[in-house]
Amino acid sequence: MENPIIHIENAVVSYRDEVALGGVSLDISAGEFVGIIGPNGAGKTTLLTLVNGLGKLSKGSVTVLGKQVTGSNRHELRKQVGYVAQVEIIDKRMPISVREVVMLGRYGILGLFHRPGKLDWAIVDETLEMVGMTYLANRPIGHLSGGEQQRVSIARCLAQEPKIFLLDEPTASLDWKAQTEILEMVKRLHDERHLTTLFVTHNLDALPHTCDRVVLMKDGLIIADGTPDKLISTESLSRLFNIPELVVEERRPHVHRKEL
Amino acid sequence: MQNAILAAFLGGIACSTVGVFVVLLHMPFIGVAMSHAAFAGALLGLWLGFDPLIGAFVFSLGAAAVIGPLADRGEISPETSLGIVFSLTLGLAFLFIGLMPTTRSAALDLLWGSILTVGRSDVILLAIVALVIVGLVILFFKEVQAVVFNRNIALAVGLPATFILYAVLFLTGTTVTVSLRSIGGLLIFSLILNPAAAAYQLTYNMKKMFLLSAILGILSGWIGLFFSYIFDLPSGATIVDTSSVIFLLAIVFSPKRRVIPWRTKRIAGKR
Repeated sequence: MENPIIHIENAVVSYRDEVALGGVSLDISAGEFVGIIGPNGAGKTTLLTLVNGLGKLSKGSVTVLGKQVTGSNRHELRKQVGYVAQVEIIDKRMPISVREVVMLGRYGILGLFHRPGKLDWAIVDETLEMVGMTYLANRPIGHLSGGEQQRVSIARCLAQEPKIFLLDEPTASLDWKAQTEILEMVKRLHDERHLTTLFVTHNLDALPHTCDRVVLMKDGLIIADGTPDKLISTESLSRLFNIPELVVEERRPHVHRKEL
Repeated sequence: MQNAILAAFLGGIACSTVGVFVVLLHMPFIGVAMSHAAFAGALLGLWLGFDPLIGAFVFSLGAAAVIGPLADRGEISPETSLGIVFSLTLGLAFLFIGLMPTTRSAALDLLWGSILTVGRSDVILLAIVALVIVGLVILFFKEVQAVVFNRNIALAVGLPATFILYAVLFLTGTTVTVSLRSIGGLLIFSLILNPAAAAYQLTYNMKKMFLLSAILGILSGWIGLFFSYIFDLPSGATIVDTSSVIFLLAIVFSPKRRVIPWRTKRIAGKR
């Protein structure tokens, strides 16, 4: 792959005795929409956090947007990488509005001693419009439902005007309607904003079917990398989740079966 | 008395502003651990014959240096690490009291505080610290807002969230140290927590929360001082009790306890 936007080479991450990533290499081109699938504890989130410098490498190297990620440049790098985590419980009394939460996305790029100006607020309002949250802009964030809070998280990322969009199980714990709406929105925003998107999930229902590429992870390693048509098969899922093929066939969502 | 009124005003601002961090970071025991560390350090100063404020400052910074990494790395839960620091410093404090060969009234003054006898130099120190804290909050409001809302988000958008957390701990330690003589090691925690916790009940706006917390902190100081003077009561304890009553009133009249009209409307609209 020529000039990948993300280049991970032999990345090893360990927490004391536990190895979270055992030597992973991965190249991602600009504009790709990559789904990263695997069971719990496969190292998906760890891989994602290497891209925005939140994770600490024990060995190997990570290059993002042409620069090797180091302790000294990771703050700068994060300003160009949007990150949406799983739904978190927010205190209902937290004194911060939806609009202010979205503005947090711009704080890094604004830098110290600079206050948000008219342009920044206009960008915030535009991103709230894009995720359909304008009508809740002045509500306290803690009063929103999980699905609404995830839309706000996505708006926060977009307000950051990132080049790379990282989503870590963004639909976990959401109901089916909220899940499908978020997935459609992520794909639309990826296309409209020409982003490079990494979408982590352990749930096949939550995998956008329009992924350009799928990476399967297990036990801290990448076990397969290719197109969804090729990789989302009964055989590979059986291997990935340690379930007999017959059981995979029974349990797989109908939507995937139809597609394949 | 003039010094006492000024000390209550400045101590109220400093403690209650730091209290907003403590409340929003959900780490109320930072105040307990810090105040007991400062108390132990001050007693060490009394025992060994150097300025108690220096001992208090060094010990509270030491506590911050222990609490910070433990809370930050998540290896031990923040509550556990704070509990350990609290019990260690309390043990040290009583050890130093036991080792003191002479009168212990100075030690008790540090425990309960004596705002009515604070000197001009204490007031000047309180003024400097209050000014620095308020100035830093105004200057770095957006960074503070991001960190107290969610430290991981603050990190992910490129803010130096860990540095800001350590700065908050440092400010807490400094505030506790300079308020030690007037409010006292045992009571200062309440003045840090109560006005901020009361303000938390009253607004959904963080800027207003800082402002309300400072106002309630000053009110606690002045009303407490007034009752202490009128009824000849211990000043530190009266100030803290006043702040507790203000907190209870805030709970009773909190708009956050009421049903949220917009949510009810939406639910009704869906039916």
